[in-house]
Amino acid sequence: MRLLRRQSRQDPQPSDEGDSPVIELRGVGLTYPGPPPVEALHPCDLTVRRGEFITVVGPSGSGKSTFLNVAGLLDSPTSGRYLLDGIDTAALPDRERTALRGRRIGFVFQSFHLLPHRSALENVALAMLYTGIPRAQRLVRARAALDQVGLGHRTGAVPGRLSGGERQRVAIARALVGRPSLLLCDEPTGNLDSANAASVLGLLDDLHGAGMTVLVITHDPEVARRGHRTVTIRDGRLHP
Amino acid sequence: MSATPPSAVAPTRLSVRDALAEAVAGMLRRPGRAVLTALGTVLGVGSFVAVLGLTATISAQIDGRFNVLTATEVSVEDVAAQQNEFAGPGFPADAEQRLRAVAGIEHAGVLWTVRLDSRTTVGPLPSGAGDPATGTAVVAASPGAVAALVPTLQQGRLYDDFAERGHERVVVIGSGLAARLGITTLATRPALYIGQEPFTVAGIVADLERRPEHLMSVLVPRATAEQLWGPPAPGAASVLIATELGAARQVADLAPLALRPDHPEYLKAVPPPDPRMLRSGVTADLSALFLLLAGICLVIGAVGIANTTLVAVLERTGEIGLRRALGARGRHVSAQFLTESAALGALGGLVGTSLGEMTVVGVCLVRDWTPVIHPVTVAAAPLTGLVTGLLAGLYPAWRAARVEPAEALRR
Ligand SMILES: Nc1ncnc2c1ncn2[C@@H]1O[C@H](COP(=O)(O)OP(=O)(O)OP(=O)(O)O)[C@@H](O)[C@H]1O
Ligand SMILES: [Mg+2]
Repeated sequence: MRLLRRQSRQDPQPSDEGDSPVIELRGVGLTYPGPPPVEALHPCDLTVRRGEFITVVGPSGSGKSTFLNVAGLLDSPTSGRYLLDGIDTAALPDRERTALRGRRIGFVFQSFHLLPHRSALENVALAMLYTGIPRAQRLVRARAALDQVGLGHRTGAVPGRLSGGERQRVAIARALVGRPSLLLCDEPTGNLDSANAASVLGLLDDLHGAGMTVLVITHDPEVARRGHRTVTIRDGRLHP
Repeated sequence: MSATPPSAVAPTRLSVRDALAEAVAGMLRRPGRAVLTALGTVLGVGSFVAVLGLTATISAQIDGRFNVLTATEVSVEDVAAQQNEFAGPGFPADAEQRLRAVAGIEHAGVLWTVRLDSRTTVGPLPSGAGDPATGTAVVAASPGAVAALVPTLQQGRLYDDFAERGHERVVVIGSGLAARLGITTLATRPALYIGQEPFTVAGIVADLERRPEHLMSVLVPRATAEQLWGPPAPGAASVLIATELGAARQVADLAPLALRPDHPEYLKAVPPPDPRMLRSGVTADLSALFLLLAGICLVIGAVGIANTTLVAVLERTGEIGLRRALGARGRHVSAQFLTESAALGALGGLVGTSLGEMTVVGVCLVRDWTPVIHPVTVAAAPLTGLVTGLLAGLYPAWRAARVEPAEALRR
């Protein structure tokens, strides 16, 4: 993992707004139109600075995934302003939002979301498919990312042949290969046993140590303690 | 805080090469399904190629049969007896000279099959002796008629106007009949008996391009035949005319008048058939029907691709969500599914084209035809498959673009 740290430090953060917060929420809320309308996220304020490791905890149905979708630009808030890397996302047309999402945010999902018939290498390289990097370079970088997460020997394996922990590490490699400003993880250990969960959390610790901004959503207080700072969410209300 | 200009982030994109690679990978996910999906297009495009190929082939066969020879042949029938039972023979004695005045005629002459009684045989010896060639017809043909048959002379010569006028006892026979009669050379001036009458074999022809059945007949000068066996039976004689190219219809119009200015209605000229009518008559109805069937196959193929692609879009909602999270725009997702369905269509089109061509070649082998497939057909058929796939993919691709990423990732 020393390799990981060195390499990540060498990589400059893609953002040029070095001093601006990665996430800045001002009165951001989301109400699902329904019917009936569901106020899944009450208007809230939150600032996440560069290099922070922040965890969001809350019981099931409290609005954690909703919050992540807003933070990850997968869903637009129905109120408030959201600035990502200092860019006001509300004003952006879909083209720019998608570009911002693809280039500045890395996602790790609870259910991995790996393509079943593609090798680990192809799955990781997929993260750069839409960024205009030539294919050969995509593969080189994907291989390096798999090395970082300790899966350099399993690049050719399809997800079906990998353990749960290995799959999640492939997903993390995919999330970090594009060198995002922000790593968003929704229940990254939810589907893993304790040993695999520990290895995945260790990996996230390492990434944070290397300077990555990490936001982990969990319902597990044990996992939540890993973060610098923990935000609690209950019934759609954020409690910093 | 003022918003950073949107240009701070470069838009995402999907290169054509990457879209193709993703489409191929998507097809290889389920190769069996891809093959089954393409099957409808295979059948549709295959039948298109087969029908168009067979139509072209059959047309070519008709064109082959309907060659220059047929296009320059006019025959005139003697229908005088039907018009007036006291009319006598329809053709005048100087028929050939009269036809020489008509423009556009190359050769023309009267010919008829001589009616002989059953005891009169053709053979190397007089009737009743030796081994006659039974069933051999004797045909009275003026020199012009013989020329109009387009003979290929093997030995000797054809009889001419001089022989005709002199009522000479000469014949021309086909090589087949000559072999049957044991005549191998004309150097010995072999004789041929029709009944008790001896004839000199003037020439042996290897081939007759018109009326090749007369290769097994004995050709006798018209005047000689008339002198020996009398005039032809009413309606038995006809005039065979070899015209210049393109003159046949005009000649057919003029010939009865030239031959019988007093009673042109006694003669009926038969012009060659119109080649266009001949071709369309044979194949138009059939090919229209088969093209309709091929079109139905293609529509079924398109529905098959549309269905499979739509199922794939629904099945792969999670994948769509993931791609959106990775920076794919709606149109990139559309392009991927559209490329996939187009590739399926093109695959079906290519396989269908090969199968269609193989069908045409197979039929031609059996029927001993020359396969003819228009190059446009071969080029357009795989394209048809591609377009079918593209059209079929439109709706699923539109659906894929509308998948909400947050929604899709919840699965
Ligand atoms: N598309 C939607 N339309 C309406 N309501 C929704 C929609 N998506 C989620 N909700 C509601 O919003 C609330 C928050 O949902 P969310 O998925 O954010 O919960 P969560 O904290 O992630 O729960 P879990 O821990 O089970 O994943 C829930 O009450 C849910 O029913
Ligand atoms: Mg959730």
